[in-house]
Amino acid sequence: MSDNKVKVTIDGITVEVENGTTILNAARQIGGDIVPPAMCYYSKLKGSGGKCRTCIVKVSKGSEKDPRPMPKLVASCRTTVMDGMEVQNITSPEVLEARAGVVEILLINHPLDCPICDQAGECDLQDLGYEHGLQKTRYEFERRTFERIDIGDKIQLHMNRCILCYRCVYTADQITDSRVHGVLNRGDHSEISTYIEQAIDNDFSGNVIDVCPVGALTDRTFRFKNRVWFTKPVDAHRNCPTCSGKVTLWYKGPDVLRVTARKDQFGEVEEFICNTCRFEKKSTSDWAIEEPTRISDTSVIAANHYETLRPLPVIRPNEELREANKKELEKTVKY
Amino acid sequence: MLKVEEHSPVEFSADLIGRFDEIIARYPGGKQKSALLPILHLVQAELGWLSTTAMDKVAAYLQIRPIEVYEVASFYTMYFLKPQGKFMLEVCRTGPCCLVGAEKILDHLETRLGVKEGEVTPDGLFSFRGVECLAACGYGPVLQIGPEYTFYENLTTESVDQLIEDLKKKS
Amino acid sequence: MSRKLLLEHINVPGIAGLDVYRQKGGYRAVEKALKTLTPDEVVEEVKKSGLRGRGGAGFPTGMKWSFLAKPEGVPRYLVCNADESEPGTFKDRYLMTHIPHALIEGMIVSSYALGAKASYIYVRGEMMPQIRILEKAIAEARNAGFLGKNILGTGYELELYVQPGGGAYICGEETALLESLEGKRGNPRIKPPFPAIAGLYGCPTVVNNVESIAATVPIINDGGEEYAKIGIGRSTGTKLISASGNLARPGVYEIELGLPVEEFIYSDEYCGGIANGKRLKATVAGGSSVPILPANLTLKLANGEPRLMSYESLSEGGFATGTMLGSGGFIAFDEDQCIVRNTWNFSRFYHHESCGQCSPCREGTGWLEKVLHRLEYGHGKMSDIDLLVDVARKIEGNTICPLGDAAAWPVGSAIRHFRDEFEWHVKEPVKSQTQNYGLADYAKPIEKTAEVKAAE
Repeated sequence: MSDNKVKVTIDGITVEVENGTTILNAARQIGGDIVPPAMCYYSKLKGSGGKCRTCIVKVSKGSEKDPRPMPKLVASCRTTVMDGMEVQNITSPEVLEARAGVVEILLINHPLDCPICDQAGECDLQDLGYEHGLQKTRYEFERRTFERIDIGDKIQLHMNRCILCYRCVYTADQITDSRVHGVLNRGDHSEISTYIEQAIDNDFSGNVIDVCPVGALTDRTFRFKNRVWFTKPVDAHRNCPTCSGKVTLWYKGPDVLRVTARKDQFGEVEEFICNTCRFEKKSTSDWAIEEPTRISDTSVIAANHYETLRPLPVIRPNEELREANKKELEKTVKY
Repeated sequence: MLKVEEHSPVEFSADLIGRFDEIIARYPGGKQKSALLPILHLVQAELGWLSTTAMDKVAAYLQIRPIEVYEVASFYTMYFLKPQGKFMLEVCRTGPCCLVGAEKILDHLETRLGVKEGEVTPDGLFSFRGVECLAACGYGPVLQIGPEYTFYENLTTESVDQLIEDLKKKS
Repeated sequence: MSRKLLLEHINVPGIAGLDVYRQKGGYRAVEKALKTLTPDEVVEEVKKSGLRGRGGAGFPTGMKWSFLAKPEGVPRYLVCNADESEPGTFKDRYLMTHIPHALIEGMIVSSYALGAKASYIYVRGEMMPQIRILEKAIAEARNAGFLGKNILGTGYELELYVQPGGGAYICGEETALLESLEGKRGNPRIKPPFPAIAGLYGCPTVVNNVESIAATVPIINDGGEEYAKIGIGRSTGTKLISASGNLARPGVYEIELGLPVEEFIYSDEYCGGIANGKRLKATVAGGSSVPILPANLTLKLANGEPRLMSYESLSEGGFATGTMLGSGGFIAFDEDQCIVRNTWNFSRFYHHESCGQCSPCREGTGWLEKVLHRLEYGHGKMSDIDLLVDVARKIEGNTICPLGDAAAWPVGSAIRHFRDEFEWHVKEPVKSQTQNYGLADYAKPIEKTAEVKAAE
C-alpha cells in the first residue's frame, strides 16, 4: 500500500482510496447499492454537502490506530476516511431507520405534486421516497407554501418543492460570475430567492436546473411539454465557443424538447453547459448526434424505450411457441 | 427618524461613513464583510428599517453583492425589512419570562395599543412583538426598545402603561 | 458564605470603572501573566485548574487551548462568545454589565496565552447597552496601557474589539458565531475542521464563553492548583448560576460547584425558596436545552442521595433520571405551572431559532412545535405523545450542530417524566384549558434505595 492510500471497508467491501477521500466517494468507487444517497452533496461544487443528512452512515470502527466507533451517525459526504475505517450503510438497521426518518422529514412540507411536476421520473427525492418513505404521512398540518416565481424567462422557481440543498447557490457562486439569488430568511421559512424581483441572467445560469435534485428549479422552455419518460435522451455535441458543447438532447419524435448537461451514474453533471446550448439550440441540425444516452435499466426513462426483449432462443424455430409468444415477438421487431 | 420608502434614495452622512470606516478597520485587510452586521445596525438606527436601497448601498460600500446583504439581513431577527413604529416594544416570550407573566404583558400591549403584533399604531409611534429569550430571565417579564435597546425589567401592566405614556411625551 | 471569585466585588460602587476595579486588585493577572509567565505556562495553569467551559458543553478549557494549531506566519484568534441566548441563562449579561473589566482582563490573559494579537468579543446584538459598557471598558484599559502595542513594556501587543450579533440564538454555536463574525448568515459549519485548526478567516481560533474567560483571572492570580481545590471532583471552581422562574429571589449567584441543589433553591443565601409560598414542581437545571426534571429528582438522585450542583451529580443517572449543568440556567417551576405549555413554549423557541440548514432540525422543530401546540390547546390525540418522542428521536444526533439535540431533549424528557400530564391534556381537553394538572406526585420524596439494591 502506498503512503497516500488508505483502506476503508464499507458494508464489508474493502476498497483502497486516496487519502482525504470522503466515505461517500469511497463508496462510489465501490458502486452499487452500498452508495449512500446524496441530495445536497455535489462533487463538482466546493463546500456542498452535509445539509440534507440522507447520506448518514455508521462508522463502526474509526481507524486502525483508533478503533473506537464514532458516537453518532455521520454525514458520509463530509467525513473523510481513515486507514482501517469500517463503515456500515445498508447493513446497519440503525442507519436505514435514521435515513427513513430524514426522508419522512424532507417530505412533510413537500407538496407531493409529482403528477404535475416536470422533474418526476428523474427526481432524487422521488427515488428516495420510493425506497425509504412511508406509505402514509404522519404530518397533519398545513404544508408550507410559496408563490411560484419566474427567475428570468427561462427558469422557474417552485419553492414549495425545494429541500434547501444549496446546490444552486454554490453553482451560482462557482460557475457563474455574479450570484443574484441566495437563501433568505431562517429556519423553515428559508427560501431560495433573489429578494427583489430579478432575473438570474448569465451564460451559465441554466445549470441551476441540472443540479437541482428536485423540481424546484425547472426549465421553462420544457414546462409541461412532456413527461421525461416519454422522451428519448440522445448524447450530442456541437462546437460551442462558451462551453464544452457536450449535452443530452431529449427527443419526442423528431423534436428536441429540451437540452441538458450529461449526467453521470450518480446523477451529477459531467460538464456544465452554457445557456445558448441549453435554451437556444433545439433542432437536430444544431447538433452532431453521438448515440442514445445510456440509462439505467431501473429508471422509468428506460422503462418506456430501451427495454430490449430477448426471446429465448428456443422460441423462434418452434412454430407453436412462436404463435404463443406472438405479441412479445412483435415488440422485438417494433424497436 | 426619516421615513424611507422602499426605493427612495438613501444618502449616508459623512459622520456615518466615518463610523463605517472605524468598524472596517477592526478586521484584517480584505475581510471588510465582517463589518456587515454592525453597519446594518448603524443604518437601521438611522433609517428605522432596512430598505432595499439602503442595503444595496451597504453592499456597494463593502464591495460585496447585494444578495449577500439580503441573506444576512433576513436571517437575523433584529433587522427590520419593513418600516416599524418609532418605538418597537420587543417583549420576551420565552419560558422563564412566561412563568412570571410575559403573556399577560403581550396581551395587554395588544389591547392598550389597539394593534396586533407586528402592526404599527396609526400615529406611527408604536409597534410591538414577542421575541425569543433576551437573556434576562431573572428579571422577567422584560422588554427592550431599539435602537439603543434600552431595557425594562420586572414589567407589570401598570409599568407598561407608564412606559407608553413616557414614550409618547418623549416623542 | 462560600467563596466568590468572579463576583467578590460586584457590590462595590464604581467597580464597573477601571480605577475601582484596580483598587480591588484588578489587572494583577495581566501583570503576572505578561511579566512572569510564558504563554505556555498560562495554558498550563488553566489546565491545572480543571476549568471546564462555562458556555454549556463543559469541555476542559485548558485542553481546548492546547489543541490550537500554531503554524508559522498565520494569525491566531481568540473569540469570546458573549452571544448569551440560552433560555434561563443571563449570567454573562450580569458580569458584563456590572464588572466588565473582569472580562477584559481575562481576554488579555487568554489572548496572551494563545498568542492572539487581535481578539473579538461577539456580543448578542440585543445587548447594545452591554456593548457600550464593554467599549468604554476597552477604552479605559487601552488608556491605562493594558491594550495596544507593547503592553506593560513586555512587547506583547493586543487589540480587542466588540462585535454585535444580529439576533440569532444559533450564533452561540461556535462555528455559527464565526460565520456571523465574518458577516455571513449564522449557519453552523460542518466539522471537521474544528476552529482550533481553521476558525475565523480560516485561521486557528479558540472560542470561549464569557465566564470561562473571566475565570482565567482568579486562576492566574491564585494559581491553577488553588482553583482546582474549590469545587468537587472534576467540577472545579465556582460557577455562575442564573436563577429564574418561580423563585423567591431570582438572580445570578456564584456558587462553589458541589453545592446541594436543595440548599441552592431553599437557603436564604441563594434563591430563598419558591415564590409566594408555593411548592416546587420541576426544574430545568442548566438552560432550556437540558432535560427537565420533576422536583423529586431535582433534589435527590434516583438512589435517594442528595443531588449536587456539579457537572457529574446533575448528570447522574443519565437521561433516565438525570439532567445536565449546561450553562447554569436554573429555571424553577412552581406547582401551578403547566409542563405541556412550557414544553410547547421551548419548542417554539427552537423552531424559531433553527438556522434551517439541515433538514431534520429545519423541518423537525416545526413539527414538534405544531404537535405540542395542538396538545396544549386541547386538540391533541393520545398517539401524539409517542409521535413527539419519535420525531424528537429522529432529530437527535442527526443534525449538523447541537441545536437539534437541544430541541429534542426538552420534549423527550418532559414526556419521560410528565407523561401523565400530557395524557391528561388529551383526556381532559376542556378542563386543561382552564385548570392545571397540579403537583401530582412529582415532588414525592425519593427514599434511599441502597438496601433494596443490595438485596437485589
